[in-house]
Amino acid sequence: MRIPCPICGERDRREFYYQGAAVMLDRPAPDAGEAAWDSYLHLRDNPAGPTQDLWFHEAGCGAWLVVERDTVTHEVISARLVEARDAD
Amino acid sequence: MRIEGKGRIDRGTRLSFRFDGTTHKGFAGDTLASALMGGGVRMVARSFKYHRPRGVLTAGSEEPNALVTIGTGAQSDPNIRATTQELFDGLQARSQNNWPSLDFDLLSVNDLAAPFLGAGFYYKTFMWPKAFWERVYEPFIRRAAGLGALSGESNTDTYEKAFAFCDVLIIGGGPAGLMAALAAAQAGADVILCDEDTALGGRLLSEEEEIDGRPAAEWAAEMAAKATAMDNVRVMTRTTVTGAYDQGTYGALERVSHHIPTQDGLPRECFWRIVAGRAVLCAGALERHIAFRDNDRPGVMMASALRAYANRWGVAPGRSVAVFGNNDNAHRTARDLAQAGLHVAALIDSRHDAQNLAGDVPFYAGHQVTRAFGRKGLEAITLRAPDGSESRLQVEGLGLSGGWNPSVHLTCHMNGRPQWQDDIAAFVPTPGAIPGMSVAGAANGVFSTAACLQSGAEAGLEAAKALGKRGDLPAIPEAENAPYRLRRLWAVPGKGRAWLDFQNDVSVKDIKQAATENFRSVEHMKRYTTQGMATDQGKNSNVAALAILADATGRDIPETGTTTFRPPYSPVAIAAMGAGSQGKGFAPERLTTSHAASVEMGAPMIEAGLWYRPSYFPRPGEKTWRQACDREVTMVREAVGVCDVSTLGKIDLQGPDVGAFLDFVYSNTFSTLKPGRVRYGLMLREDGTVMDDGTTARLSDAQWVMTTTTAAAGNVMRHLEWVHQALCPKMDLRFISVTEQWAQFAVAGPKARELLNGLLDQPIEDEIFPFMQCGPVSVMGVAARLFRISFSGEHAYEIAVPSRYGDSLFRTLVARAEALGGGAYGMEALNVLRIEKGHITHAEIHGRTNAFDIGFARMVSAKKDCIGKTMAARPGLTEDREQLVGLRPVGAVKQLTAGAHLFNPTEAAVRENDQGYVTSVGYSPTLGEMRALAFLRDGRDRHGEKVKLVDHLRGIKALCEVTDPVAFDSDGGRLRG
Repeated sequence: MRIPCPICGERDRREFYYQGAAVMLDRPAPDAGEAAWDSYLHLRDNPAGPTQDLWFHEAGCGAWLVVERDTVTHEVISARLVEARDAD
Repeated sequence: MRIEGKGRIDRGTRLSFRFDGTTHKGFAGDTLASALMGGGVRMVARSFKYHRPRGVLTAGSEEPNALVTIGTGAQSDPNIRATTQELFDGLQARSQNNWPSLDFDLLSVNDLAAPFLGAGFYYKTFMWPKAFWERVYEPFIRRAAGLGALSGESNTDTYEKAFAFCDVLIIGGGPAGLMAALAAAQAGADVILCDEDTALGGRLLSEEEEIDGRPAAEWAAEMAAKATAMDNVRVMTRTTVTGAYDQGTYGALERVSHHIPTQDGLPRECFWRIVAGRAVLCAGALERHIAFRDNDRPGVMMASALRAYANRWGVAPGRSVAVFGNNDNAHRTARDLAQAGLHVAALIDSRHDAQNLAGDVPFYAGHQVTRAFGRKGLEAITLRAPDGSESRLQVEGLGLSGGWNPSVHLTCHMNGRPQWQDDIAAFVPTPGAIPGMSVAGAANGVFSTAACLQSGAEAGLEAAKALGKRGDLPAIPEAENAPYRLRRLWAVPGKGRAWLDFQNDVSVKDIKQAATENFRSVEHMKRYTTQGMATDQGKNSNVAALAILADATGRDIPETGTTTFRPPYSPVAIAAMGAGSQGKGFAPERLTTSHAASVEMGAPMIEAGLWYRPSYFPRPGEKTWRQACDREVTMVREAVGVCDVSTLGKIDLQGPDVGAFLDFVYSNTFSTLKPGRVRYGLMLREDGTVMDDGTTARLSDAQWVMTTTTAAAGNVMRHLEWVHQALCPKMDLRFISVTEQWAQFAVAGPKARELLNGLLDQPIEDEIFPFMQCGPVSVMGVAARLFRISFSGEHAYEIAVPSRYGDSLFRTLVARAEALGGGAYGMEALNVLRIEKGHITHAEIHGRTNAFDIGFARMVSAKKDCIGKTMAARPGLTEDREQLVGLRPVGAVKQLTAGAHLFNPTEAAVRENDQGYVTSVGYSPTLGEMRALAFLRDGRDRHGEKVKLVDHLRGIKALCEVTDPVAFDSDGGRLRG
C-alpha cells in the first residue's frame, strides 16, 4: 500500500502508523454530553467503500494525515494534512 | 541421455555434481533436471502420499515432481525444484520423501493401500476413536507430512530485501516481454524487466523457430543485450514476480546465489518490493497434461518440456519417444525430436480430423493413450484406436499436451477472477483486474510468436503513454504465426488411477468422488481432495480438475469457476520475506552512553523496550543479585548513587504557546510554571485512563523540556503531534524528540550535592537550587542542564550533558560516588527505591487505571479542559474502584509476588471474592521487610486492614497489612533537605 504524503510524496505504508477513523478530529465540547463523547470515542462505522482514516507519518515528516481510501477496491483516493482542516 | 550436437549448453565446461551420493557430470548451462536426464537418471523423487516413483514433468518453476534438497547441514535447502536449480561444480542434491532410499521406499506400501486412502480419507479415518488422536494419528500424520525437511540447525545463510521503483514493470522476458520493454523504453519510460529464468527469451530459448530470419534464441539474446545496454532499462533475471499488491506494488524474489558454489558474502535470495507506475504482465502460459492410467511414470512429461530439454539442453528421457496431444502445438515436439535424431515412435492426436504438422513421423489421429507402463521408468504405452482396439508401443519418453493455460495468476491477486475463453479452452485475464496492469502475449491467450511480439509491443507502448510518455510502435519482427487449434480432452476414460495433481497424488477418481459426496463447489473439492494445494499450486492440473468436476456435477466450466489464486506465484522462503529481521535485526538494540562502562563493571544488562539498562553492579563477595541490590539501595539512602536515566523520553518544546499546550495534554496546570522550575505531570488518554507521567522543566520563557517514561516515549511523541496538529493547530509551538541528544544521570543520596559540587564549575546551594529547580550549569567546562528532581525520594539531581560527553561523565560520577562511599546503581535498586516511596511506573499505570485509582484525582485540574478530563469523570470511574495501596507482610512471610491476587483473610481465594492484585514487589533493606504496591478495592479506606495475598500460579500465600503506598519518608523531608 502506498500513501501520498502531502509533504514527502508517495511512500510505503510501513512508514506510517495507523490510528483509526477520522471522526477523531471532531472532538466534542467538554459539555457535549455522554452520547456525543461515547460516539466520539467508541462508535465507528465499518463502511464498504470510501472511508477516511488517520495515519501518522511516523518514519517520515511526522505529519498526521487524513487518508481517504476505498475499503473495497483498496484505492487510495487522497491524503491531506489534518492541519489543513482549519486553514483559511 | 545426451543428444549429440543439440542444446544451448556450454559443452566445453564440464561440471561435476552429486545426487543421492552418486557423482554425475553435466555442462555449464544445465539445470539439475537436465543434467540428471543427461546422466540417464529418470526417477528423481517419490510422490507425497503414495510414494510413487516420479520423474521430471516440466522444465520450469511449475514443476510438481522433481523437488530435491540442495546442500548439506545448516545450509541445506529443501524442496528446491531441480528444473530451476542451475548446475554448478560440486553441487550436492538429495532426493526427498523416501526411506530408506529413493529406489526402495518402504512407504510405497501406501500405493498398495490406495483403495483405502482416496479423497477425504483423512476426514473419515482420523475421526475416531477419540483417544487415538493424540497418541496414534497425530504422531503418524506428523511423520508422514511434508516433503523435504529442514536441517534443524540455525540457518547461516543471509537473505536481503530491497525496494525498487520504475515507470513500467515488465513481468516476463519472453517475446511479448522483450517487445514491451523495448517499446516502453524507447518511449522514454524507466523500465524494469523481470524474468525468472537465467536469461531473457522465455519459450524462445527452448524452441526451434526463426524471428526475422534468424534463430529465435539468437534474436532473444540480441534483444536482451540491447535492453541491458539501455540506461533506462533494468534487467532482473532469476527474479520471479510473486505477487501484485495495492497501488502498483509488486513482490519479486531474486535468486541471487543459488547458482554458484560459494556465496562470497552474497545473500542467497533477495525479496524485492517493486513500485511501478504501470505493469505489463507477459508471464506466458503453462502447458497442461492429460490424465490417463498411470500417466505419472518417470519419462512421461509435458510435450513442451520434452521439446525444451532436447532443444535447449540437448537431453531426452530416452532414445524412443512418443507425443500425445489434443492440439497443434504438440506436433512441434514430435517435429523437433525427430529432427534431433530421436526415434519418434508415434505422434498421437486425440482429434479425429487432425493433420500431421510434424513431418515424417508415425501419426495417429483420433487415437488416445490409455495407459503407461514401467514403475521406475516408462517402458511402454497403450494406444487405443478410434475403433476401440488397443496396441502396445515401446517408448522411454512420452510428451503430453492438453493445451495451454495462460498464466493469469497475478491478475487474480487483488480478488479478480479470470474469464473462460471457449476457443482455447482456458481462462484468460479479466481486463483491469489489477489497476495499472495490462496483459500481453500468451498470458492473455495469444499464442503465436508473431502475435506475442505484436501484443507485447503495443502493451509496452500503451503503458508508457499512460504515464505521459510519447513514442512509436517499434517495428514488429517477422515470426511464426500459426493458428492454435485444440479440442478439449482432460482425461482418457478407463480403469485405474489417472493422475491430475502429481505433487499431492490426486486422481480423476478423487475429483469424481468429491462430487459424489457433494463437495460440488470448486473450493470444497480443492480442500477435500487437496487438488492444487501443494507447493506447485496445481499449475499443470487445476483446470483439468475443475473441468472434470464440472462434468461430474453437470455444469459448464464458467459456472463451476476457479479457485482463488493468491500470492506468491511460486514459493518464497520466509527467510527472504523476513530478511534483516533475524536476531538483532528483529529488535534493534538501543545503547546508552554508559553501556560500555556498565558492562565493564560487570553489570548484567536487561531489556527495557529496545534499550539495554544495567540490572545491578555486582561487587566482589556478592553472590546474588539481591545482595548487590540491597547494597545499592542502602548506598543511595546513606551516601550517594549514580544511575543512567537517559532512556527516559526527552522532548524539547519551544514557542509562546507551550504552556497552554501542556495545560491541554497534562491533567494538571503547567502554564503557571516559572522559568527555572520543574513540575510533575500526569497525562491521560482521551478515555480518562492514565497514559504516562513525568516531569516537565521550563528552561526559559519559551523553551521547555518534557520527560516521558522509557516505555511510552514513542507513544507520547505521537500523541503530542496528534493533539497539536489535529486539535489545536493554531497554537504556536514546535517540538522534537531529543532523547538521544542528551545523556542524563541521576545523582541521588544525602551526599549528592557534595558529589556535584566537586564537578561543577560553580558550586550550587540549596537556596539557588531548591527541590524542583532546574537551570544551566557548567560541568568541567561542558555546558550542562541540572534538574533537582528525585525518583528515589532522596536529595537528588539529574544532570544532562550532550551525548558525546555521556561516557566520560558517567565514569567520573561513579568514581566520585565511590570515593564518597556510594556508587552506581541499577534497575533493581531503582525499583526498590521507588516502591519504598510509592512512586508509580507502568506496572501501575498499565492502561486500565485512572487518576482516581492511583490517588491523583486532585491532579485533574478543575479550572481547565484537558485530554481525558470529560471521560475521567464518567460514573463508575470515581467510585467502587480498586485503589493504589501499599502492602507489608504480617508475621513471617517468605515472599510477596507481583501478579498475586488479594482476598479478605476469611474468604476463599476464588475469583468471586477477588479484592485486587499486586503490581510491584521488592525487598526493602531500608525497612527490613518486603514491600508491595497493589490495587485493592476501596483500598484508601482500608489502611491498617489485613488482606490475604494468594499467588495460585506460584503456590504462594501471605497475610499482609494494607498501608499507604508511601512507605518511607512520607513527609518528603529527605528530598527537600
